Amino acid sequence: MLTIYLIILLGLSFVSYFYGKRLIRRRVYEQKISQHSRDSYHGLYLSLYLIIPSIILTLIWLASSPNIIDSLLKSKIKNSLPDLSLGEINILKSKVISAYDGILPVDSEQMEIFVGFYNSANIISTNFIIIISALVSVSFFLFALNRIRVRFNARSKVENILKFSMILASCVAIITTIGIVLSLIIETIEFFKIIKITDFLFGLQWSPQIALREDQVAGEGLFGAIPIFIGTILITLIAMFIAVPIGLLSAIYLSEYSKPKIRAIAKPMLEVLAGIPTVVYGFFAALTVAPFLRNSGASVGLSLSSESALAAGLVMGIMIIPLISSLSDDVINAVPQSLREGSAALGSTQSETVKLVILPAALPGIVSAILLALSRAIGETMIVVMAAGVAANLTFNPFESVTAVTVQIVVLLIGDQEFDSAKTLAAFALGFTLFIITLLLNVLSIYIVRKYREQYD
Amino acid sequence: MIPNQYKITTSNVNVDYGNKRALHDINLQIEEKEVTALIGPSGCGKSTFIRCLNRMNDLIEGCKVEGKIMIDEVDINSPDTDIVELRARIGMVFQKPNPFPKSIYDNVAYGPRIHGLAKSNEDLDNIVTKSLKRAGLWNEVEDRLDASGLSLSGGQQQRLCIARAIAVNPDILLMDEPCSALDPIATAVIEELINELKERYTIVIVTHSMQQAARLSEKTAYFHLGKMIEYDITSNIFTNPKHEMTEAYISGRIG
Ligand SMILES: Nc1ncnc2c1ncn2[C@@H]1O[C@H](COP(=O)(O)OP(=O)(O)OP(=O)(O)O)[C@@H](O)[C@H]1O
Ligand SMILES: [Mg+2]
Repeated sequence: MLTIYLIILLGLSFVSYFYGKRLIRRRVYEQKISQHSRDSYHGLYLSLYLIIPSIILTLIWLASSPNIIDSLLKSKIKNSLPDLSLGEINILKSKVISAYDGILPVDSEQMEIFVGFYNSANIISTNFIIIISALVSVSFFLFALNRIRVRFNARSKVENILKFSMILASCVAIITTIGIVLSLIIETIEFFKIIKITDFLFGLQWSPQIALREDQVAGEGLFGAIPIFIGTILITLIAMFIAVPIGLLSAIYLSEYSKPKIRAIAKPMLEVLAGIPTVVYGFFAALTVAPFLRNSGASVGLSLSSESALAAGLVMGIMIIPLISSLSDDVINAVPQSLREGSAALGSTQSETVKLVILPAALPGIVSAILLALSRAIGETMIVVMAAGVAANLTFNPFESVTAVTVQIVVLLIGDQEFDSAKTLAAFALGFTLFIITLLLNVLSIYIVRKYREQYD
Repeated sequence: MIPNQYKITTSNVNVDYGNKRALHDINLQIEEKEVTALIGPSGCGKSTFIRCLNRMNDLIEGCKVEGKIMIDEVDINSPDTDIVELRARIGMVFQKPNPFPKSIYDNVAYGPRIHGLAKSNEDLDNIVTKSLKRAGLWNEVEDRLDASGLSLSGGQQQRLCIARAIAVNPDILLMDEPCSALDPIATAVIEELINELKERYTIVIVTHSMQQAARLSEKTAYFHLGKMIEYDITSNIFTNPKHEMTEAYISGRIG
C-alpha cells in the first residue's frame, strides 16, 4: 500500500518536472520578457516541492509509528489483563507481534483479539500517513505552482533545497552515531549498577557464564576485563608487528623502486588480499598456520597450544598488510615529484631521499593508515575465534590460547538471553570500552597529524 | 687525442618524451668558470636540456636521452658513472621552486648533512647562514629559521632553493629561470651572486630575460623547437646574430 503510494508520488514528481518546464515556457512566450532562471530549475522547483516534504514526513512516521503502535498494544493488553506484570506484558506483546508476522500460531481467542487490534492499528497508521502525506504534497505543490513567474528566482530556491537535503543527509549519519553511542552508554551504566566498575576494569578473572535463566541470581560471574583486553592487545601487537614493517616496506618498494609494470600487477594483487573475507583468513589460521606453528614449535622444543595468540596475530597481520601498504602507497605517491628531484639533484641516494624527504612528507598519511589498520585489528573477531580461542587466559605468552574483546561480546550474546542480565549488559560494557579505545586511537592520530602539519606546512 | 678543454661537452644529444622528440642533436661546449645562458621561446627545450646535464630526466618516466654528455672528461650517461657522486658536484635550481616540507634551516642544511660537509653544529650553522646571505634571503628569514620552507612566498622559495643548491659548494650550477619570480632588487642580488660564483663555478642559466643573459653570460645558446639554432659569445648573439631566427627572437618577433 505504502509502496504503491510512494511509487505514485515519485511518478507525479517526475511529471511535475516537465509540467513546470512547460509552464514557464508558455509564460515566457506569452509575456515576452526574459526569464530569471532556466526552465529546468522551474521544473525541479515544482517536483522537489511536491516530493521532499511529504517524503520526509513519511520517513519520520515510519520511524516512529512502530513505537507508538507498540505502546498502544501494551496499554490494550494491560487494560484487558490488569494483573499481568510488566515483564509478562512484554512477553505477551512479543508473542502477539510474532503471531501477526505469522511466526507463531494464533492459538487463543484473546490472542486473536490482540492480533486483530495490532493489525488494524497498523492499517490505520498506514492510511493515516498516506492521507497526511498526500495532503502535504498537494499543498506544497500548489504553493510552488503559485509562485512560478517569469522573473521568479527558482534557481536559488532549488539550490537551497539541495543544500538542505545534503545537510539532512549528514545529520542522519551524525544522529545515528550519537544514538548508538548513547545506547551503549546507557546499557553500560546499567551494567555498572550490577558489577562494580573497578571489578570490571581491574579484575583479573573473566568467567561470565551465569544467569542463563531468569531465576538465577545475577552477579555470580566474574567480570574482570583485564584478561580479554590483554588478549586483544597481545594479538593486535603481534599483528601490527608483522603488518607495519611489511606493509610499509612494500609500499615504499611499490611507489619508489618498482617498475610501472610490476606495480600495475602487484598493487591490484595486494588489494585482492584485502578483499578476502575474514572467515577465510580465520580457517586458514586455524587449519594451516596454527598446526604449522605447533609442529615447528615442537621441533625446537617449544610447546604451543593448538590455538594460540601467535597464530591469530600472524594471520591478522597478513590480513592488514594490504590495508597499510595500499594506503601508504597512495600517500607516498601523492608526494610531489619535484621533491624527489630536488633531493636527487643535491646528490642524495634513493634511500636517503625516501628516508629524509618522502617518508617525513608522507608521515601523516602513513600514521593514519597504521591507526586505521590498528582499529581494524582491534575490532577483528573471526580470526581470533578460530585461531586464538575463547578461553580468557590472563597471559602475555603468545604461544598460549587467549581471547579477544570482540570474541567475548559474541560469546555473551549468543543464544537466548535475558536482556537485562549482567551477562548481556557486559557485552555493552565491553563494546563501549572498545569504542573508547578506538576513539582515543583516532584522536591520537588526528593529534599526530596536526602536530606534524604545524611543524612543516 | 687532444684533451678536451671544455667543462661540459654534449654531442648529438637527442631527448624523447615517449615518442615525441623534444631535443634534436644538441652539440654544445661549455667552458669552465663561465656563465652560459640558454634562451629561446617557451617549450623549446631549455629545461629539458639543462636537466640532461645532471641526469634529472632519469626520474621522468618515458624520457629517453641519447648521445654523449662529457663532464670533466667523464661520460655521464655511461653505466659506470656514479650518478649520485656526479649530482653532488652539480647544483640545480629548478624552474618551479621546490623547497622540502621542512624548516628553512633544514632545507639549506639538507645537502651539507647528507655529504657530511659540516664537522660540527656550529659549522653547519655557518654554512646555512652564509648560503642564505649569498642568496639574499637572510634578512627576511633570520628570525624564523624554524618556520617551514613552504611558508615563504614564491620569490623567497626560489631564493631558498638557490641557497640550498649553493650550500654544498657545487662545481657546476644549473639554474632554470632562477629569477622568474623575483623583484628587481632580489634579481640584482642573485645576479651579483652569479657574478661572484663564476670565479669558481661553471654556471648554466636558463632565462627569459635578454638583458639578464646579456649582463651575466659569456656565451649564449639560442634554442628553437628543440634545436639549438645558434651558440656564440653573448655579445655576438645580441649585436650580430648569424641566424635570422635568433635575430627575430631577440628583437621580439618570436616568443
Ligand atoms: N615531462 C614531460 N613529459 C612530456 N613532455 C614534456 C615533459 N617535459 C617537457 N616536455 C615537452 O618537451 C618540450 C620542451 O619542454 P621544456 O620544459 O624543456 O621547455 P622550456 O624551453 O623549458 O620551456 P619554458 O620556457 O616554458 O620553461 C615541450 O614541448 C614540452 O611539451
Ligand atoms: Mg623550462
